[in-house]
Amino acid sequence: MIQHSPVLVVIIPLVTAFLIPLMGLLRKKYCIYLSVLSMLSIFVIAASIVTSLVSSGTIHYYLGGWEPPWGIEYVIDPLSSFMVILITFISLIIVVYSRRSVEKELPNNEVAFYTLFMLLITGLLGIVVTGDLFNLYVFLEIASLTAYALIAVGEKRDALVASFNYLIIGTIAACFILLGIGFLYMVTGSLNMADVSTRLPEAYGQYPKVVLAALAFFVVGLSIKVALFPLHLWLPNAYTHAPSTVSALLAALMTKVGAYVMIRIIFTVFGFSFITQITDIAPLMDILSIVGALAIIVGAVFAISQTDIKRMLAYSSVSQIGYIVLGIGLSNPIGLTGGILHILHHAFMKGCLFLAVGAIIYRTGIRDIFDFQGIGRKMPYTMLAFSIAALSMVGIPPLCGFFSKWFLVLGAIESKSWKVFFSLVILSSSLLNAGYFFRILERTWFGESPYSQRDEAPISMLLPTLTLAAGCILLGVLIFVSHPFIVSIVDTLF
Amino acid sequence: MEITSIEPLLAVLVSLICAFLVVLSRKRRDIRESWTILASVVQFLIIVSMVPTVLEGDTISFEVISILPGIPLKFRVDAFGLFFGVLASFLWILTSIYSIGYIRSLQEHSQTRYFASFAVSLSSTIGIAFSANLITLFIFYEMLTFSVYPLVIHKETLRARRAGVKYLVYILSGGVVLLLAIILAYSLAGTLDFSDRGFLALEQAPKEMLQILFVLFVVGFGVKSAIMPFHSWLPTAMVAPTPVSALLHAVAVVKAGIFGIVRVIYFVFGLDLMSELGLGTPLAYFVSFTIIVASMFALTQDNLKMRLAYSTISQLSYIILGAALLTPSGLLGGVLHIAHHAFMKITLFFCAGAIYVVTHKEKVSEMNGIGKEMPLTMAAFSICAIGLIGIPPVAGFLSKWYLSLGSMEADKVFFVFVLLLSSLLNAAYFLPIIFNAFFKEPYGLGGRREAPSFILIPLIITAIVSIILCIAPEEFNPFFQMAELIWNSVV
Repeated sequence: MIQHSPVLVVIIPLVTAFLIPLMGLLRKKYCIYLSVLSMLSIFVIAASIVTSLVSSGTIHYYLGGWEPPWGIEYVIDPLSSFMVILITFISLIIVVYSRRSVEKELPNNEVAFYTLFMLLITGLLGIVVTGDLFNLYVFLEIASLTAYALIAVGEKRDALVASFNYLIIGTIAACFILLGIGFLYMVTGSLNMADVSTRLPEAYGQYPKVVLAALAFFVVGLSIKVALFPLHLWLPNAYTHAPSTVSALLAALMTKVGAYVMIRIIFTVFGFSFITQITDIAPLMDILSIVGALAIIVGAVFAISQTDIKRMLAYSSVSQIGYIVLGIGLSNPIGLTGGILHILHHAFMKGCLFLAVGAIIYRTGIRDIFDFQGIGRKMPYTMLAFSIAALSMVGIPPLCGFFSKWFLVLGAIESKSWKVFFSLVILSSSLLNAGYFFRILERTWFGESPYSQRDEAPISMLLPTLTLAAGCILLGVLIFVSHPFIVSIVDTLF
Repeated sequence: MEITSIEPLLAVLVSLICAFLVVLSRKRRDIRESWTILASVVQFLIIVSMVPTVLEGDTISFEVISILPGIPLKFRVDAFGLFFGVLASFLWILTSIYSIGYIRSLQEHSQTRYFASFAVSLSSTIGIAFSANLITLFIFYEMLTFSVYPLVIHKETLRARRAGVKYLVYILSGGVVLLLAIILAYSLAGTLDFSDRGFLALEQAPKEMLQILFVLFVVGFGVKSAIMPFHSWLPTAMVAPTPVSALLHAVAVVKAGIFGIVRVIYFVFGLDLMSELGLGTPLAYFVSFTIIVASMFALTQDNLKMRLAYSTISQLSYIILGAALLTPSGLLGGVLHIAHHAFMKITLFFCAGAIYVVTHKEKVSEMNGIGKEMPLTMAAFSICAIGLIGIPPVAGFLSKWYLSLGSMEADKVFFVFVLLLSSLLNAAYFLPIIFNAFFKEPYGLGGRREAPSFILIPLIITAIVSIILCIAPEEFNPFFQMAELIWNSVV
C-alpha cells in the first residue's frame, strides 16, 4: 500500500467527499466524524510519505501504470512532501475545529459543507502531488470551484457578492493558467512537468515568444490565485464574509498552494537557469520582488486602516503573501528558504489567528476591533493563542515569524544588488504589523473589561487554536529541525 | 579558559519560573510575594557564585541549543556580563522588597501581573548580560521590551496607554534597526559570537560598510539607551509605578541598551577595528550632546520623576562616552558608572516613590521642607544627588574621575570640559531640591512621617552602597575588579 500513497492522499478525500452525502442520509452528525477520520488517515499517509522520501528520495507514481510522458505522473519531491504534510496537518486541525462552528454558522448545511470541504482538500492535495501540468489545472479548478461555493455559503448576503467576485477573477486566472499550459503544450508537445522542462530550451530556440507568453500567462494567472497585490481585490471580501472555518482554511492553505504552484512553475518547469537566461528580456524575478515588496507595504497599511477583524487579517494576508513572493523574487537560495519557511509559518500563524477570531465570533459575535476591549478576561486562552500568533507575525524571537524574516532579510542582503533595499522593506513591515496587532492586544489585555465571567470557547475549538499557537512557538524554537529540511527543498530547486 | 556550567541558564530560568509561580499563587498574595523575594535571592546567589571563577580570568559558558547552523542559543559569562548580572540581580532583591511596600501602600490593582512581568523582565536582563552572541542577546532584548510593556501601562489610564504606545513605537523601531545590523553583521562575518578582539575585521567588508554597520548598531541599541534624539520614550514611560522607573528605567532596560553598545564596541568590532575605522571619537562627540542637553532639560522639569528621567538620559551617555574613548581609564570609568549610576539613581527613584507614598507629592515645587518630615529618605536622596554631581565620597565621583582620566589619555580635553559642565548642571538641578527640602519651611503641619520600612530600608541600603563603592579599597570591591578585567581581556 505504501507505494500507492501518492495517489491515496488524493483518492481518500475524494471518495470521502462522495460518501458524505450518503452518510448525511443516515445521520447528519456522522459527516464530521467521517471527515475527521479521513483527514486523520491522509495525515498518517502523508507522514509515511515524508519518512519514505527521506530514506529513498523522490517518489514517482505512474497513474494507471502509464509511463510518462504519456500517462499522468505523480511526483513527490521534497517540496511536494512538505506541502502535503502541511496541508494535511492544517486541514486536520481545521476540520476538528469546524464541528461547533459549522453547527452554528451553517445549521442544516453540514452535509453540503463537508462534501465541499473534502473536495477542496482533494484539490489542494492534488495540486501538490501531481507532476502533470494539465492535471494540475484540473485540481486547481476543483479547489477553486469548491472555494467559491464555500465562500458563498457564508451567513450574510455579502458572501454571495464576494464569492461572485472571486468566481469572476478566479476564472480569469484559471483561463490564463490554461493558456499558459496550452502554449507550452504547443511548443513542447508534452504536459509532463519534467518532460516539458527538458524540452523547453529547444522549444525556446524555435518559438521564443510563445514560451515567454506562456510564462507571462502563468505568472499573471498565479498572481491572481495567490492574491498578489495589485491583483488581490477578490481576497478581502472573500475572507471577510466566508464562514470562519473557510476563512481559516483559505488563508492558511489556499494561497499557499498558489505560491507552491508559482515556485513549481518557475523553478521546476521553466527552471532557474532559464529564468536567469531570459532576464534581459523578461526580468521576472525583479518584477516579482518589487511587486512582492509593494504588497508587503500596501497590505500592511490597508490592514492598519481596517476595523473589522477578519478584514484586517485578510489584508494582513495580502501583506504576508508579499513576503513569500519576495522570497521567490530574491532569486537566491537563502531568500527562497525564507519564502518557503514563510509558507509554513504563515499557515500556522494565520490559521491560528483566524481560528481564534472564529472562536470569538462564535461566542460573542463581535467583529469590530474596538469591541475587543477586555475580551482577554472572557476568553483568556483563545486570546492567548491569538496573542502568540500575533507576536509571531510581528516577528518577535523566538517565535516562528522571526525566522522567516531572518532568512528573507539575509537573502536580501546576500543578493548584493539593489535588492538589498528590500531588507528595509521587510523590517519596516514588522513595525506596521506591530501597528495593527497591538491595537488589539492592548484592548484585549489592558483596561476595563465589560466581562466579569470567564466564558471560553468550546474545547473542540479551543484545542485546535492552541495547537496552532503552540506550533508557532515550536516552529520557532525548533527551527534547527525544519531548517535543514527546507534547505534540502531549496537545493532541489536551484 | 572556558568552563562549561549550567549556572548561567539557571540564573535566567529562576526568575522565569518565578513568574509562573507568581501567576499560580495569584490568590494568596503573601505566598506570591515570597516567590519573588525567594527567586531574587536565589538568582543573586547563583550569579555571585560565578564571581570567583570569572575574577580568575575564566569564562563560564553554556550552549542551550543550536538555533541555526553557526548560531547557537548560548550563554557566556565574562567579566562584563557578570558585572551587569550581579548589579541587576542585587538591585532586584531590593526592588522586590520596595515593590511590596509600594504596591501595598498604594493598593495598586493587577498586582500579579506586576510581579510576574517584573520577574520576566529580570530574566531577560540576565539573559542579555550572559548572552554569548548577538542573536541570544537580541532574543532577550525583545523579551525585555515586551515584559516591560505591561509595567509601563500598569495604571491603564489614557495617559499610561499613550505612553505604552510611544514606548513600543520607539523600542520596536530600535529593535528592527538592531535586527538589520545583526543580520548584516552575520552576512559579513558568518558568525555572531562575541569575541574579546571583536569578530568583525577589515578584510570582510569595505570601510564604509563597517561604518554604516556601526551606526546601525548604535541607533538600534541607542533607543533603549535613550541617546538623544531617541530618548523621548523614557520621560513618557515615567508614568509607570516608581519601582518600575527605579529598576527598569534607571537600570535594567536602559542599561541593556548601554550594555549592547559597549558589547558592540569591544566585542563585535574590537578595539583595533574601532580605531582603524575612527569610530570612537565621533560617537563620543555625539553622546556629549546628550550629556549636556539632557541636563538642561532636567533643569526645566518640575515633576521629580521627570527630572530624574532626564538626569538618567544624561548620565547614561557618560557610560557610552567612557566606552567610546577607547582608553583603559575611559572604559573603566564608563563601566563603573553602570553600577554607580544604578545605585545612585535607584536611590533617588526610591526616594521619589517614598515621598509619593507618604505625601502624594510628585512636584519638586511642592517639596519644601520635606527633609524635616522625612529626614532619612531625604538624607539618602542628598547623598546620591551629591554623588551624581560628582562630589566625593560618593560613587559618582569615582566614575567621573576615571572618565576624565580617560579623556586625558585619549588626548581629548574637550570631554573633560563636557563632564565638568555637566557636573555644574547636575548641581543646578539637584541642589535646589536638597536646599528646599531641608532649609525651607514645610507647607503643612510637618512632623516626622517616614515611609513604611519595606520602602525605607532598601533606599537606605542603596544609599550606603553608593558610598561604600567609592571608599572601599579595590580588593574588596568586586565591581571594580570586574571592570578592570574587561580592559585586560579586550587588549
